[in-house]
Amino acid sequence: MTEFSQEDVVRYARHIILPGIGGDGQKKLLAAKVLVIGAGGLGSPVAMYLAAAGVGKIGLLDFDDVDLTNLQRQIMHRTQDVGRPKVESGLDSLRAINPSIEVVGYNTLLSAENAAGIIEPWDLVIDGTDNFPVRYLVNDTCQWLGKPLVYGSIYQWEGQNSVFLPGKGNPCYRCLIPEPPPPGVVPSCAEGGVFGVLPGIVGSIQATEAIKYILGEGDLLSGRLLHFDAMGMEFREVKIRWDPACPVNGENPTITEPIDYDMFCGITPPATVRAAEAVR
Amino acid sequence: MSVKVKLPTIMRKHAGGNPSVEADGANLSALLDDLEAKHPGITKNIRSEDGGLHRFINIYVNDEDVRYLGSLDAEIKEGDVISILPAVAGG
Repeated sequence: MTEFSQEDVVRYARHIILPGIGGDGQKKLLAAKVLVIGAGGLGSPVAMYLAAAGVGKIGLLDFDDVDLTNLQRQIMHRTQDVGRPKVESGLDSLRAINPSIEVVGYNTLLSAENAAGIIEPWDLVIDGTDNFPVRYLVNDTCQWLGKPLVYGSIYQWEGQNSVFLPGKGNPCYRCLIPEPPPPGVVPSCAEGGVFGVLPGIVGSIQATEAIKYILGEGDLLSGRLLHFDAMGMEFREVKIRWDPACPVNGENPTITEPIDYDMFCGITPPATVRAAEAVR
Repeated sequence: MSVKVKLPTIMRKHAGGNPSVEADGANLSALLDDLEAKHPGITKNIRSEDGGLHRFINIYVNDEDVRYLGSLDAEIKEGDVISILPAVAGG
C-alpha cells in the first residue's frame, strides 16, 4: 500500500486524525483513480476537492475552451484562462492545489467510439456533463464496465444528486429517467440561466459521495435521489428503484453497446456541442 | 381533500411563481386534471398526447415514484405530498 511522504503526513493531517478516514483511509484515497467527465460547473468543485483530498490519480475530460460566461460558476478556471482548453486550465488548478497527485487530461468529446477505452482504467466516474446524450453514454458505459458513477445535475436554482452502482439490482440513470426529453422541451442553462453557487453545492455532494465510496464508509446515495432547491433552501429525498425492465441493467438488457448519441436526440453533433457549450 | 404539490422551477410560471400549490384528487389522474383546471398549461409537459405520463418527468407521492404506485392510478391520501421532478441535465 502507498506510504506517506513526510509532506503527506502534514498535508493530510486533518484527514488522518479524522474518525472515518484515518491513515488507512487516506492511503485508500492516495491509491484511488477517479475520472471527472466535464470540467465545468460541477467538474470544478469535484475535481478541486478530490485533488485537495489526495485522490492519487484524477482524470479530467472536456472538449471545450474556457469562455467568459463560464467564470460565474466554473471556479477551476480563471479570467486569464479564457480561450484555453478547459482541460489545460483545469489541470493547472489541480496541480496548484496538490502537486503530489497525478492528473491526466482528455481534451476530447466523449463518444460511442472512445467512451469504453477512456473509462476502463478508472475506479470511479463523476458525471459532470451538461447534456442528456452524454449522460446516457456515461451511465451505460459505466454499467457495462462495472464502474460506480456519481451523478449530479443542475438547472436554474435546483440540483439533483445520486450514486449509480453497477449491476442488476442497483438503479442506474436509465432507471431514474428511462427516456431523454425531446429536444427543446427542457431548456438548457444557456437558455434558462443557472445560479453560480449551485454547482458548488451539488458538486461538493458528488465529491463527498466519491470519497465515501473510496473509503467504503457511510451510506451512499445509491437508490436515492437527493433534490436540492436553493431558493427554498430545501433538500428532499425520493427513492430510485431498480427497474427490472431497464434496457441497460435490467433482467433482459436490450441496449448492449454504446448508442451513437448524435443520432440519439436527432441533433447533429456540432449543434449539440455548441448548444451545450454555453451551459458549462 | 387537498394535498400539497411541490413544483419545479420550470413549472412555477403557471402558478404565479409559487413553489407549491394545493390540488384535489383521489388519484394522480384526477389530481393532474384539477391542477390543470386551476393552473392552465401546467401539465402540458407532464402528460403525453395519449394522456399517459411522459417518461422524462418523475412524479412522487411522498418519496415513492408513481411508476411503482400505478402511475395515473396512484392513490392519493390526505396529508400526502406530491413532488414533480423533471429531468435536468445541466452541469
